[in-house]
Amino acid sequence: MVSKRIIPCLDVKDGQVVKGINFVELRHAGSAVELAQRYYDEGADELVFLDITATLEKRKTLVELVKDVASVIRIPFTVGGGISELDDIEALLRAGADKVSLNSSIVKNPDLITQAANRFGSQAIVAAIDIKAVNGIKKIFVKGGKEETEIEGLYWCKKVNELGAGEILLTSMDHDGTKAGYDLRFLKQVVESVTIPVIASGGAGTKEHFLDAFNVGVDACLAASLFHYEELAIKDLKQYLRSNGVRVRL
Amino acid sequence: MIALIDYGAGNTASVANVLKDLNCDYKITYCESDICKSEKIIFPGVGEAAYAVRRLHMTNLFNLLHIIKKPLLGICLGMQLFCQKSKEGDVVSLGILPGSTEKFDDTKVKVPHMGWNQLKYTKQSKLFDGIQEGEYFYFANSYYVPINEYATSVCNYDIDFCSSMEKDNFYGVQFHPEKSGQAGTLLMKNFIEKC
Repeated sequence: MVSKRIIPCLDVKDGQVVKGINFVELRHAGSAVELAQRYYDEGADELVFLDITATLEKRKTLVELVKDVASVIRIPFTVGGGISELDDIEALLRAGADKVSLNSSIVKNPDLITQAANRFGSQAIVAAIDIKAVNGIKKIFVKGGKEETEIEGLYWCKKVNELGAGEILLTSMDHDGTKAGYDLRFLKQVVESVTIPVIASGGAGTKEHFLDAFNVGVDACLAASLFHYEELAIKDLKQYLRSNGVRVRL
Repeated sequence: MIALIDYGAGNTASVANVLKDLNCDYKITYCESDICKSEKIIFPGVGEAAYAVRRLHMTNLFNLLHIIKKPLLGICLGMQLFCQKSKEGDVVSLGILPGSTEKFDDTKVKVPHMGWNQLKYTKQSKLFDGIQEGEYFYFANSYYVPINEYATSVCNYDIDFCSSMEKDNFYGVQFHPEKSGQAGTLLMKNFIEKC
């Protein structure tokens, strides 16, 4: 059976890894390529690179960074941020990325999911979904969490599944950067409502938080600052998970 | 020289990076004459089957791949296209293996099958020389090749499926060796040096 995955996430701005709290207040964490190499050596299962400035500044994502990363690591990685055209996706996959994550562009143009899946295969298309509670209702936010939409979270998760996405990267903006644990209740609802793998994101602070998320059925857990600042070693985390009955690659 | 086939539907960069690590002479190409001049062929695949088959016809490679006698390694979709048919896009494929690819049952497991999984060897294969059974490889597939007489290993995801195969000069792996850490690199080295 397939293993549960641990995925360090690198928010990238100008080739440097940064990390915000609740999507703001950026802190620097080093060069993207160097961190990628470190995580590969430490046993990460996969990496995610999000070009956090791309959508806002209407920049195309970093094909050059993808090439540099692909030349040093031999594990899969996803790249996201400002991707809105099939040609962008093709350029990134050809540069060595395995998947692209789409966020604002698929909210604007949901057909992009289907078009991309038909051309590159579902496995290459990750729907990144940023969620925040507004008056008790989980709403989708776009443009790096800056813009609220009227779309309800669970509805959108089912919709991207239906349209052909191969995976959901679900970030709770309320939990992001708090280190108080993932949004387990909502993750459980999503896992039970879709047929594609779900990556939990936002809120990891301890080993137990990862175990909790795997216990509600997610397929992968993503974290950033916890790994960047070496508060938790991937190997220790995986050993802990394995000793608690989670299937991991060690 | 290794011909790394670029038919516009595969991830050639990642495979090329491993070939560079191995100091291997290679050429990324879709040109018949390059493929005929090469010693071995790598046929990567990422993408959708019907699109890939269309690209193979457009680049005139469909018939060539079918009759070629040099060692050829099909990766992921590359191996799936060895089948007679693909359920993905309902398309006629190369027909090197009998039967058709099937889709995982999404009422039982998450589809795609995405992540690191282990193999069980079913036959001796040079591709796995020096690689212990139980090693993890990276998979990303919604469709699979059913177990057949040419399978050299099987993998389990709800059901057992063919994770690698060998028939004459055709070698196939369902996982991505170019994304499977050191074990994957060793497998590609084995293909280059031993097959």
